[in-house]
Amino acid sequence: MMNVLEFSLIVCGVSAAGGFLGALTGLGGAVIVTPALTLLLGVNLHYAMGAALVSVIATSSGAAAAYVKEGFSNIRLGMFLEIATTVGAIVGAHLTSVIPAPALAIVFALVLLYSAWHSVHGIPEVSETKPDPLALRFRLGSTYPGPLGAIHYQVGRVKAGFSLMFSAGLLSGLLGIGSGAMKVIAMDQVMRVPFKVSTTTSNFMIGVTAAASAGIYLHRGYIDPRLAMPVMLGVLAGSLLGARQLIGAGTRALRLVFAVVVAAMAVEMIYSASTGGFQ
Amino acid sequence: MTDQQLEENMGNLLRWGVILAATVVAAGGVWYLATNGGATPDYRHYAPGAESVRKLAELPAPELVILAGLLLLIATPVARVVFSLAAFAMEPDRTYVVCTMIVLGVLMYSLSSSWW
Repeated sequence: MMNVLEFSLIVCGVSAAGGFLGALTGLGGAVIVTPALTLLLGVNLHYAMGAALVSVIATSSGAAAAYVKEGFSNIRLGMFLEIATTVGAIVGAHLTSVIPAPALAIVFALVLLYSAWHSVHGIPEVSETKPDPLALRFRLGSTYPGPLGAIHYQVGRVKAGFSLMFSAGLLSGLLGIGSGAMKVIAMDQVMRVPFKVSTTTSNFMIGVTAAASAGIYLHRGYIDPRLAMPVMLGVLAGSLLGARQLIGAGTRALRLVFAVVVAAMAVEMIYSASTGGFQ
Repeated sequence: MTDQQLEENMGNLLRWGVILAATVVAAGGVWYLATNGGATPDYRHYAPGAESVRKLAELPAPELVILAGLLLLIATPVARVVFSLAAFAMEPDRTYVVCTMIVLGVLMYSLSSSWW
């Protein structure tokens, strides 16, 4: 039986590996760390979610400076959509007290499977769009730096994007994840915002959305300082290292291997949940 | 100050917030491990309800230090929203002052509920 020191060091190592791979593949750290903690180390799902949620805030705020410098993030668009993600997060966080843990684990596994599929297939390029009247009213369109000066873009399908953002917030609060991929899809695929703007604006939104869940998680006692400590420090260190790695030719193979591992964790989670685990 | 400069200042502020929070968490962690490192961990069981920041405040000192660091970390995105509110109010952009106040209101609802 390992003691607290050994356990904390192992948790920190697992979290660092999760943060590193999460940053490298764009999946995010929490979505990997929570299943790893529950499946490998037998940590209670609620505690794992609470610790992972805290690490989501750390990576989002920690990366903000780097993202902002690039000049792509759209603060109006982010703030407008955060109304949807924060309300969704509160609803999701409250649902964790109603939904039994095995059911939560299955929802988590389904999100994992989708993320694995998504990281291999990528998302198709989208063309420009006609501006939505709501986007004009809220001045959501903006510019980003291009090689020949500022490039203007418009924002479309505001209602559909806003609704999808509510769902992204809901999943974030329900599972203690950043749900960055879903936020990017809502902006990039639905609202036709340029990809680079979507990813940087999403990073900004992830931290605020997670903070909205954090209050409820603290109230429920999901955020245990003893577990959150090694998880947060590990994920933060791992993701900072991962973000510095150059995206090279090996990325495609890495993504494929990683997707298989993530899918295997998802299957294990579903199997465990349906055979009396996660109680 | 341009929007871009404002954003960069905010980004730097957030980074220092995270560095400070991580330092406090690490300090509490070292203290906790130094005093409790030999104990047997139990994170398998979760006792629902009856937990809150108010209750957490009864924790032993090393865990309180970690919690303080975590609360500092949770405050960083909130600070970003407050900063945006001030920026929109100075422009002034009333539509976005209202949007930002809604987001801030939701955050405040969640964080204040953590006490009870």
